[in-house]
Amino acid sequence: MHKIILIIKREYLTRVRKKSFLVMTILGPLLMAAIVVVPVYMATRGNELKTVAVIDQTGIFFEKFKDTDNIKFHYLLSDLGSAKTNFRQSGDYALLFIPKTEVSIPTNAILYAESNVSMNVKSYIKNVMTKQVEDMKLEAKLKDLQTDKKNPLNVEDILRSVKTIVDVNTIKITDEGKEEKSYTEISMVLGTFSGILIYFFIFMFGSQVMRGVIEEKTNRIIEVIISSVKPFELMMGKIIGVGLVGLTQFLLWVVLTFGIVTVITSTFAGKGQHKQSIEQSMMQNASKYNPDNLAQTDAPSVKEKQDEGVNEIFEALNTVNFPVMIGAFVFFFLFGYLMYGSLFAAIGGAVDSEADTQQFMLPITVPLILSIVMMQYFIQDPSGQIAFWFSIFPLTSPVAMMIRIPFGIPYWQVALSMVLLILTFLGTTWMAAKIYRTGILMYGKKVSYKELWKWLRY
Amino acid sequence: MELFSALNVSKQFSGHKALDKVNISIPEGSIFGLLGPNGAGKTTFIRIINQIIAPDEGQLFYNGRELKPNDIYNIGYLPEERGLYKKMTVGEQAMYLAQLKGLSKQEAHKRLIHWFEKFEMKSWWNKKVEELSKGMQQKVQFLITIIHEPKLLIFDEPFSGFDPINASMLKDEIIAQKEKGATIIFSTHNMASVEELCDHISLINNARVVLDGPVRDIKKTFKTNTFEIAYNNYMGKLETILPSAFSIIKEWDDHDLRKASVQIPAEANPNQLISSLLPNVALHSFSELVPNMNDIFIRVVTEKKPEPILQ
Repeated sequence: MHKIILIIKREYLTRVRKKSFLVMTILGPLLMAAIVVVPVYMATRGNELKTVAVIDQTGIFFEKFKDTDNIKFHYLLSDLGSAKTNFRQSGDYALLFIPKTEVSIPTNAILYAESNVSMNVKSYIKNVMTKQVEDMKLEAKLKDLQTDKKNPLNVEDILRSVKTIVDVNTIKITDEGKEEKSYTEISMVLGTFSGILIYFFIFMFGSQVMRGVIEEKTNRIIEVIISSVKPFELMMGKIIGVGLVGLTQFLLWVVLTFGIVTVITSTFAGKGQHKQSIEQSMMQNASKYNPDNLAQTDAPSVKEKQDEGVNEIFEALNTVNFPVMIGAFVFFFLFGYLMYGSLFAAIGGAVDSEADTQQFMLPITVPLILSIVMMQYFIQDPSGQIAFWFSIFPLTSPVAMMIRIPFGIPYWQVALSMVLLILTFLGTTWMAAKIYRTGILMYGKKVSYKELWKWLRY
Repeated sequence: MELFSALNVSKQFSGHKALDKVNISIPEGSIFGLLGPNGAGKTTFIRIINQIIAPDEGQLFYNGRELKPNDIYNIGYLPEERGLYKKMTVGEQAMYLAQLKGLSKQEAHKRLIHWFEKFEMKSWWNKKVEELSKGMQQKVQFLITIIHEPKLLIFDEPFSGFDPINASMLKDEIIAQKEKGATIIFSTHNMASVEELCDHISLINNARVVLDGPVRDIKKTFKTNTFEIAYNNYMGKLETILPSAFSIIKEWDDHDLRKASVQIPAEANPNQLISSLLPNVALHSFSELVPNMNDIFIRVVTEKKPEPILQ
């Protein structure tokens, strides 16, 4: 045990001290901040007046959408079908449809538009609806309390039961009159982003493991080391050490990205309030998992709307469940990486130089690349068959699951995927250890799949 | 007393037999030469001692009891294919490898400082390995091999890559280790160094031990009772003055001397050769041609008689 720690320490320190690690640590967050800030800025930049037609079948939201500086609302009494046919001639920016629901309180709306709806408009609508629904719930709750005086007043309970998430789906009406679901949702951005990130991390650190093994082989230090430690210890030490480098990098990125986003947005707005609001939004999210804080952090949630454009991002981020996202990312990165890392280590052990890795890399990279290629299908239909199977199959689940999670999926699926991933990790490690153990002592031999199969059965 | 012994050790690699019922015992305090042509199974045997690979059959004993996993702390191994992490500094690397051999951080540091001073390597501590010459790297590797003061040292082709000065320094250090009580297994193709250093040898060929024992005894068995003589002042034929049982293997001129190698029967006395020569020739030199390890090696491995010995 002591020796594996020595190995982990060496693998970790030699990598963390490299200049390339420092460069990546600084460039990564800049890039991520740019990915977060730029599209939001672009989406909220349009200043021209937008008119939104509203069909409210519930009647609850009548007159509730107040005109702002650049959004104007008008209510239609016609049915949805004719409104849609007339939509193109009307010159309206978007058509908001709030369907009548079976239950008393509506939580969905559909927004039709010719192009992608700006986040500005969408989140305004969402905010108005949320506030309205929450007000209604609160009123009902208070009425209950008045009639049922035995129950003591519990602010936390009330706030929790009142909290509502309103879904506004956007549908694009194309020239041919076809309808397509469009995705300006933050969950889409986040799903895509974390899917790509996990792909990138698994690839980057997996191939670092492979290169590390090849380095030890070509350096001819391997034999000195395995006369002191078991090959399995050396392999696991390397995989864990490199994995810790990955985690360190990820955590640094998270911290620095939030830092950079905060700095950029606060200078951009020229006011200090956004810094406050991002902290607030993070705290709010954290508090979802810590009910004790709920009342306290929910209280100051009335935000000033001085600079809507910049506030968008925080409102959008507000809907994201960061603890779950980061937790899931860490889990799927860790086990996805451990699984792939052991396969990469096996390849490194089997070959003499990086040039020979091609033939063995292919079957490993195909599932990873496939899960990126299929990404648009996961996003279009996060709970569909394709997305489901890809996120359950262990070789594709780290990427596919990370894309799906922001859309909200049943916990049993996540759990199943996690269990399968852990089991596969154990299997690949066992297999990799056998190949690695034999391969590291072989020099100058072109290894074939047949040969690897033989090594597995030694 | 044997420090290490192998009993009927066999190892097979996918259809190819690397070791076939090998019996080797290594006396404590000796320098033991493990010889054999390329591919004979030496490296496999060394890896088995180091517990890098396990034998298919047979038993291994260390110090009279069965070999245990922890015995790797009693073994220092300098492999033939050896290297270091190029991007790591010498000091850090030495610390790492010394700790892997079971030394505590403090102890490793103390001993390394001592050796770095002794080998005049102190200025290398913070250098990256890639900045060192090959010879310097070899020194670092040697030092790492002995740093945990193992009772059994295994050197696989230790002299390859060393210049003559460093090679002789290394040789002295190997002898010094022996004097400190270490037992040394020495695998090499350099027969001159076997002759110089080894007390015992085992010769492996085609996965089997074909020759085994103390160097002195082996040489004795391979003696051919051949003597080289140098003489002058005799114009006649040499065979006319020698007893008929003696055979002249070769005759040649060397400047103003005439030389010959003569084989006498095993039961004969070399004095008989001298006495038959003395009345007839002016004898300038007389010496026995003892086979060297090189000849023995070639002879055993090829199963052919070596070429007549030439000076």
